[in-house]
Amino acid sequence: MPGFETHSASAETEHAGTIARNSRIGLQLFAVYFVVYAGFVIVNAFRPDWMEKTPFAGINVAILYGFSLIVGALVMSLIYGWLCHAPAKDERRGDAA
Amino acid sequence: VIYEQSYAAVGVFFAIVAATLWLSFYLGKQAKSAKGFFAAGGGIHWFVNGIAFAGDYLSAASFLGICGMIAFYGYDGFLYSIGYLAGWIVALLVVAEPLKRLGKYTFADALDSRFQSRGIKLTVAISTLVVSIFYLIPQMVGAGVLIKPLLGFQHYQGVLLVGAVVTFIVVTAGMVSTTYVQFLKGTLLVVFSFILTLMILNRGLTVKEPAAGFDTPQTKIDKRPDGKVIVNGLPQGKNEGQGDFWPVGHVRSLPDGQQSTGPLGPLAFLRTVQQSEIVLWSSKTEKQPDGATLTTYTPKTTAGPAILRPGNHPSFKGIRSEKFTDKLNFVSLMMALFGGTASLPHILIRYYTVKDQAAARKSTIVGIASIGFFYVLTLYIGLGAMTSGSLDVTNSNMAAPLLARSFNEWLFAIISAIAFTTVLGTVSGLIIAAAGAVVHDFLASVMRLEISDHGKVRIAKFVSVVVGAIAIVLGILFERMNVNYLVGWAFSIAASANLPSLIMLLFWKGTTKQGIIAAVTVGMVSSLGWILLSGDTYNDVYGLKPETAIVPFSQPGIVTIPLGFLVLVVVSLLTRQRTP
Repeated sequence: MPGFETHSASAETEHAGTIARNSRIGLQLFAVYFVVYAGFVIVNAFRPDWMEKTPFAGINVAILYGFSLIVGALVMSLIYGWLCHAPAKDERRGDAA
Repeated sequence: VIYEQSYAAVGVFFAIVAATLWLSFYLGKQAKSAKGFFAAGGGIHWFVNGIAFAGDYLSAASFLGICGMIAFYGYDGFLYSIGYLAGWIVALLVVAEPLKRLGKYTFADALDSRFQSRGIKLTVAISTLVVSIFYLIPQMVGAGVLIKPLLGFQHYQGVLLVGAVVTFIVVTAGMVSTTYVQFLKGTLLVVFSFILTLMILNRGLTVKEPAAGFDTPQTKIDKRPDGKVIVNGLPQGKNEGQGDFWPVGHVRSLPDGQQSTGPLGPLAFLRTVQQSEIVLWSSKTEKQPDGATLTTYTPKTTAGPAILRPGNHPSFKGIRSEKFTDKLNFVSLMMALFGGTASLPHILIRYYTVKDQAAARKSTIVGIASIGFFYVLTLYIGLGAMTSGSLDVTNSNMAAPLLARSFNEWLFAIISAIAFTTVLGTVSGLIIAAAGAVVHDFLASVMRLEISDHGKVRIAKFVSVVVGAIAIVLGILFERMNVNYLVGWAFSIAASANLPSLIMLLFWKGTTKQGIIAAVTVGMVSSLGWILLSGDTYNDVYGLKPETAIVPFSQPGIVTIPLGFLVLVVVSLLTRQRTP
């Protein structure tokens, strides 16, 4: 498929389909992370006693939730990188044509 | 505490300074054009840029401030780690690729990409300068704090030295040398923080028997007019008849009556702290009738669950308060940390140093990995310092270097030198952002001066020297301000002034240039005004009672960020017809 194998990162920058796809995925993942982060802030502010419970391995919720937010950010960024790695479908069709 | 000068620390410190200066000279030839000076020619590899993100972002406040806050108050410092890291998700998922697509040299380029408006360029240039200056102050203050015990210099000498070195780095090769200094610093910081954490886990936790005076309060009387300092009833000094603070920070009891745990795994370390009792120190300062300041440092045996829960530090007291406004203050701070990262001009311009959007995305992922890993380590370094028996009750910023000294002198030397490079890396990024705002946005776009490419570089170098000089003066003037507090200001102003416009420009076609100008102006002025009229500023800056403050809580974000969005929408709707 001409153009596909040689697709470079710089070509991706110009294609509206890929830009729109990346933007959509980014916003969806952002919404998920925002809900989890907002949950952390709201629980801390209004139910701080929940943070003191130790549900796993003798570690309290404050640390478990905090670590989850940090590790979760990395996991989410890797998912985003993986989903946005290839060009969007309509771009590939365009290249093939 | 009067620190003994470490020759190893001095040697390592000067070796690192020499290495960074050599790097700047070596890279100088790559920064002859404006694109080279402001954006490193767009040719930085995404991995290098990702680590440079860490070097740019992990400032003195992150390294020294967070570790110190955890060492003295427990979990609360980790709230900053979480908020600072979470902000990178906004940068990656919402801002990174569009910003790379829209801009060239500065943040204003991106906001102005659709309008070609001098008004936008001017407003955003001012907001860039304001945020950069507010961010510069704590870095320079941090440099002075650090260099005092390291080299035995006075605060102003330390600030001067840092200012001179960092200005030299920027002037020689602009963004090219800045990037590699930040790459070097980011790598060293993450690697040696990891090594320090491994040493903490390997040492484990040990109960220390209270030595003579180990558990008794300490006092400091600071007689400002005559400059005398009385420590624990004696003039401060190391000689006969003089006294000094003794190092603190020890475990009172371990679970199951153990005296020492031996090496611990990462989870076992946290679990053991949770089940132990540790002596924490609090301080109280009072003005004396004769004008002197009396500070009393008091030890308190504290159970692990109370150490590892949020709400102990004064900044986070809202978590355990019954007052709704105190809770809003906490939510507001966490909101500013979340939105602030993607609004900091010196971070955003790093997206212009890579070749395309894919590289911008990949470098942000590398940045998140390295910054996130470092922030996990801050919890261990802070708790390690808390139990190291080496804390200085008067200076929480020295917790991490002093923890390193509790292992050996060389580690102290390396950690101190790395802490110094954290200042260099962040300040150089800020100076570039400020120089870009003045030369590219203000002179070339607003004033419409015809400046050649080479001329832009020459003026940018001159502006860098001026900004460096301003940073030195402010670093000296603000010596006594709390470092982390000032960083919080910068985040709030950046999030309120820049975030609404950036988000709405990307996702709402109805955005007009008048809407952007109004939102940036209102966001900047309202957040700055709110901070200046807040209880924290009344107490810490004006010396007034915080209860008399005009605004109901200190952190502005929860009001001023939505206000920025609202102003943008209303003004855009009102001016829509007049915009072609």
